[in-house]
Amino acid sequence: MPTLTAKKTSTRPARPAPELIFGDLWEFDPSPETADPKLKTRYDLFINGQFVAPKSGKYFDSINPANERKLAEIAQASAADVDAAYQAAKAAYDNVWGKLPGRERAKYLFRIARLLQDRAREFAVAETLDGGKPIKESRDFDVPMAAAHFFYHAGWADKLDYVAPGRRVAPLGVVGQVIPWNFPLLMLAWKLAPALAMGNTVVLKPAETTSITCLKLAEILQDAGLPPGVVNFVTGAGDVGAAVMNHPIPAKLSFTGSTEVGKIIMRSVAGTDKKMTLELGGKAANIVFDDAPLNQAVEGIVNGIFFNQGHVCCAGSRLLVHEPVAEQVLTKLKNRIKVLRVGDPLDKNTDIGAINSKEQLRKITAMVASGVKEGAEMFQPTCRLPPKGFYFRPTLFSGVSMSHRIAREEIFGPVLSILTFRTVDEAIEKANNTAYGLSAGVWTDKGSRILKMSTELKAGVVWANTYNKFDPASPFGGYKESGFGREGGRQGLLDYCKLI
Amino acid sequence: MLARSPHGALRRLFDDVGTVDAVGIEERVAKYGTRSIKKASKLWGLKLAASMVDLTTLEGKDTPGKVASLCQKAMCPHDPELGVPQVAAVCVYPAMVKHARKALGSATAVRIASVATAFPSGQAPLKTRLAEVKAAVADGADEIDMVINRGAFLSGEFGVMQDEIRAVVEACGQATLKVILEVSELETFDNIRAASFLAMRVIREGDFIKTSTGKTSLNATLGNNQVMIEAIRDYYLDTGVSIAMKPAGGIRTAKQALTFLIAIKETLGDAWLNNARYRFGASALLNDLIRQIEKENTGAYQAPYYFSEATESY
Repeated sequence: MPTLTAKKTSTRPARPAPELIFGDLWEFDPSPETADPKLKTRYDLFINGQFVAPKSGKYFDSINPANERKLAEIAQASAADVDAAYQAAKAAYDNVWGKLPGRERAKYLFRIARLLQDRAREFAVAETLDGGKPIKESRDFDVPMAAAHFFYHAGWADKLDYVAPGRRVAPLGVVGQVIPWNFPLLMLAWKLAPALAMGNTVVLKPAETTSITCLKLAEILQDAGLPPGVVNFVTGAGDVGAAVMNHPIPAKLSFTGSTEVGKIIMRSVAGTDKKMTLELGGKAANIVFDDAPLNQAVEGIVNGIFFNQGHVCCAGSRLLVHEPVAEQVLTKLKNRIKVLRVGDPLDKNTDIGAINSKEQLRKITAMVASGVKEGAEMFQPTCRLPPKGFYFRPTLFSGVSMSHRIAREEIFGPVLSILTFRTVDEAIEKANNTAYGLSAGVWTDKGSRILKMSTELKAGVVWANTYNKFDPASPFGGYKESGFGREGGRQGLLDYCKLI
Repeated sequence: MLARSPHGALRRLFDDVGTVDAVGIEERVAKYGTRSIKKASKLWGLKLAASMVDLTTLEGKDTPGKVASLCQKAMCPHDPELGVPQVAAVCVYPAMVKHARKALGSATAVRIASVATAFPSGQAPLKTRLAEVKAAVADGADEIDMVINRGAFLSGEFGVMQDEIRAVVEACGQATLKVILEVSELETFDNIRAASFLAMRVIREGDFIKTSTGKTSLNATLGNNQVMIEAIRDYYLDTGVSIAMKPAGGIRTAKQALTFLIAIKETLGDAWLNNARYRFGASALLNDLIRQIEKENTGAYQAPYYFSEATESY
């Protein structure tokens, strides 16, 4: 139709190409969350139910990535501290926790969940200060979801006879866990809760840059009256993580983090009889077909990649768009990210907060530079960034092909690579052409196509017409280099027990 | 006979204008509710909202006296020192237009809108409906709020529905047209989006699409507002023609109004943040806006009876 009427319209006065104006006509005043995070100036290790100074006497600073100011001092654990933690965990398992009936363990978990709910605002602010994520996410997602994991697993603790029909289950013993910095409290909850519900005791190391909410949770564990040694927290950098993973006591290791470190851990446990769960990186494909409800798909794409500044292992970092709608989707995406608000994470209106660390910001910047150098077309909105702190604008790359680094390597930042496809088979092929396989998204109006895609995509989670949806009852985990084992749901529990 | 069946017609229309995912829409609009508007930005938003009100009375018991008092309120909503702007328009039945014109005079910026075309059902012969529109315009209406033929839409007779709108556009002359989709009778977001496109394709730049009559169970919600403003945005980016929007019914509090305005700011942008492009069809809303403006200025809430025409009391 446009070609037929082209002559007629050309005689009319030319209109400028229609553009939407997202300007400063209505600026929002700052709206910071004011709840007191109740931070201590110094946090010790949490071993055997007590806060204890590290044997080395050394502490390191934890800073707020939003303004680079120091928040607190965190204890630097050594191998000796890790050993003390494991001895405490072993004693607690042998003498108390391993013998406690499930219904008694459930009471502690319920208590922890409720205490966390009581202090939800305080924890949300602490999480935001420590990690840089927007307060609306820590308030509406991280903290409530962490509490939900405790509630969910509390519910399982007295029903473990039904978790594996026809079999009986027994705890493994002591479990060693290492978690990353992108969801400090939530990840903590979803590792602790199933382990405790099953009757195991735990030594856990939070990420170096985000230890605070973990140590605040230790206060809740004390308030809940959890027997000493059932949960122990050791803090520090990679060497402490290595000590946690290499110790002879744990019967099971659980690690969430980079594929690189995951491989090192795999090597170190080779030849032992330790059980293992790895949840590693991802480069998820978010696949949009031409019959999808495009405005909502765009919303899902934005939620998929810009949630938590893109520091999400299951982030939809590769957008695969059906060629007929590729241009339309790109225009809509550009208009959508123009209204994302980047800035102070404590402001209730902030959509994209601070990048977690200088180191991560450097990595993202380098990956984006490689995308530009390799010839992909970059788009960033012109939003203002705060003068201090680690920030990165939401970024779109169009014209990306499968051989670009930005299409293959995990960026772990607010950067979306946009590729196109022509047929269903090509979409599946491209989506699966990656070393990872943690998650994927499918957007289409056709139900049968969703079912086909979900069986053919090699990904642990496939979201249909939505993205980044989590639930304690739903198992989460990967294929290929995204790891193995599942967390959450009945499947997650089975990874923390032996079947007899 | 797929091509002739109503289902075939709807299916082709959805393919043409695109579909809507209801869960996705609800998720999107839930985010507007979490925006926190404070201090100067709140005051600015409240005043903007007040300037967008179509102050409405649509009752069988309306009299010239009631309309005159409404018009007075429209021109001077509150103590002038508070800086509450005049509302955009008064909205009355066609029989009341001449009384409104008399009360407002001809020099005012407050416009007169009238719900013609056998409001709210639209179930009258087209000839009658057009005559009603012409009469209202002749009596001094600046704007006509018409209802679409929902029966025609639902039975797939899109041509009939569009032809009727075209006829009303013609009958309006210089008057601005607002096309009421009556979203509660269209039921699905898919239908609302499709009907929005059908209407937009036959009305003029600056004409409105409007959610509802306020006479059915479900009126303006953030969800159907979002579907319609996304349709307006998509149509604008496609054709360059900017269509205005009016949610009506059910918006009673200042907080609600601000949330609707945030939806506009983030979906259509600054060009729609004025009363030529966006209106609220409401009656109780204005007093809550004034009350909140007063609160921003004085720091204290006042009882409803401090404001004229208060519909609530102790």
